[in-house]
Amino acid sequence: MTVTQIRFLKFVIYLLCLAPLAWLVYAALFNQLGANPIEVVTRRLGEWGLQLLLVTLCMTPLRDITGQPWPIKIRRLLGLFAFFYVVLHFVTYLWLDQFFDWSEIGLDILKRPFITVGMLAVVGLIPLAVTSNRFSQRRLGRHWKRLHQLVYPITILAVVHFYWLVKADMLRPIVLTVCLFLLLAYRWIKSNRRQTAGETVHNTIRRPV
Amino acid sequence: MLIKRPTDITPSEITDKAVYMQRRRFMQATAGLALAPLLLADANAGYGNRPLKHNKSDAYPLDEAQTPYENVTQYNNFYEFGTDKYSPAQRAQQLTTDPWSVTIAGEVAKPGTYTLEDILKPHTLEERIYRLRCVEGWSMVIPWIGFSLGDLIKRFEPTSRAKYVKFTTLHRPEEMPGTRRRVLNWPYVEGLRMDEAMHPLTIMSVGLYGEVLPKQNGAPIRLVVPWKYGFKSIKSIVKIELLERQPVSSWEQAIPQEYGFYANVNPNVDHPRWSQKRERRIGEFFKRKTLMFNGYEEHVAGLYKGMDLRKFY
Repeated sequence: MTVTQIRFLKFVIYLLCLAPLAWLVYAALFNQLGANPIEVVTRRLGEWGLQLLLVTLCMTPLRDITGQPWPIKIRRLLGLFAFFYVVLHFVTYLWLDQFFDWSEIGLDILKRPFITVGMLAVVGLIPLAVTSNRFSQRRLGRHWKRLHQLVYPITILAVVHFYWLVKADMLRPIVLTVCLFLLLAYRWIKSNRRQTAGETVHNTIRRPV
Repeated sequence: MLIKRPTDITPSEITDKAVYMQRRRFMQATAGLALAPLLLADANAGYGNRPLKHNKSDAYPLDEAQTPYENVTQYNNFYEFGTDKYSPAQRAQQLTTDPWSVTIAGEVAKPGTYTLEDILKPHTLEERIYRLRCVEGWSMVIPWIGFSLGDLIKRFEPTSRAKYVKFTTLHRPEEMPGTRRRVLNWPYVEGLRMDEAMHPLTIMSVGLYGEVLPKQNGAPIRLVVPWKYGFKSIKSIVKIELLERQPVSSWEQAIPQEYGFYANVNPNVDHPRWSQKRERRIGEFFKRKTLMFNGYEEHVAGLYKGMDLRKFY
């Protein structure tokens, strides 16, 4: 892929990632959010944050499958958009749900496991977003990769958060859990394979000595 | 015949199409003002359903703005038609509510299956404006039309062994697409203690906003128990049983650690996963404090004297 093509791809992703927000703004202005607009806004923002996190996690397998570098080139953009929606989701909770009643929020975080894990996920994403630039990448060196592998436990927390808040209809959380499981399984198999491969290389090097 | 047939409506009573289209256009035009339309609580205009003859009642006056008809009839929890709030308004329209019959069974001298007309015949319908508080944390104010459940039960002469009342919703999978998935154990059942059922606040509703009950709101006949969480007010009832033993309600069976038999609105007892201290009144921006027994404390607190409401949630 040429630089221009990558640029165009990024532009398209920009538009696609902003579309859900644009729709929410439009729907809010034209009264399309139904009887409980604040609930819809909070939910949609959270769902988009989580879905984009999962899409971001798909980029490495996609690179492996296609053998193309472009999935890695758009990964940061997707990850940052995931963070963007998660933060908006968090702000709607603080503002429209709790009205910045900090003692209530504190109690909520301590008492309600689904809020606790959601909160952990938001906090966990902050260092990743902050160090997503090339400068940090260079400075952190090999630590950068380890730090950014935090995205896996964070996504698990986010899926648990979603799972625990649903009243009875588990269909949507189950679908997302399956997606997450597949992605984690892929990672696990890949790292296992690399390890065994590493050992073989190691042995072959050693034998002649 | 209390429910008017379409032929009972004189042409002068029908809102002219041009008038209600105009109203719709007005609503759409003002929608641009973001949250403003939510404040447009409407007086008694023609809403589309058949009007229902009823008396006004001053039994439990409520000086709070009524939730707009559009919201009352579009934002519904009726899992038989899907688990999201807007499915019932669309999918419940295929429900056949005429003919309808209700079976009265258990500890009564006069059990049997009665047509809806027979059930309604001796009762005078009146309007009751009640708060409705959903366990999920939102609330409405709805002008129901109905009659006392106690009066209904008395007609069938409960025996001395009747301690509880169990209600069952219709289960008709071909008309209720939501029941094809076992989100809950169908049919939906609910229960009340006898004194709760006989309480004058407890009504059987057959209408709202001056009209026949819309299908998504539990047509043709539903329970309304205003001091309990909304899920206790079971919809589209086909069976009422009087029992000696406490029945198990659907939500209690599905998630017993979260939903109890009593399900009284109580700001001091949280749902395990969220606080019940406050609620969002549909149409309002700020949350309001949830009231003990949903504001009906003076009328019903006596029913639970000496009971640990944390244990009997």
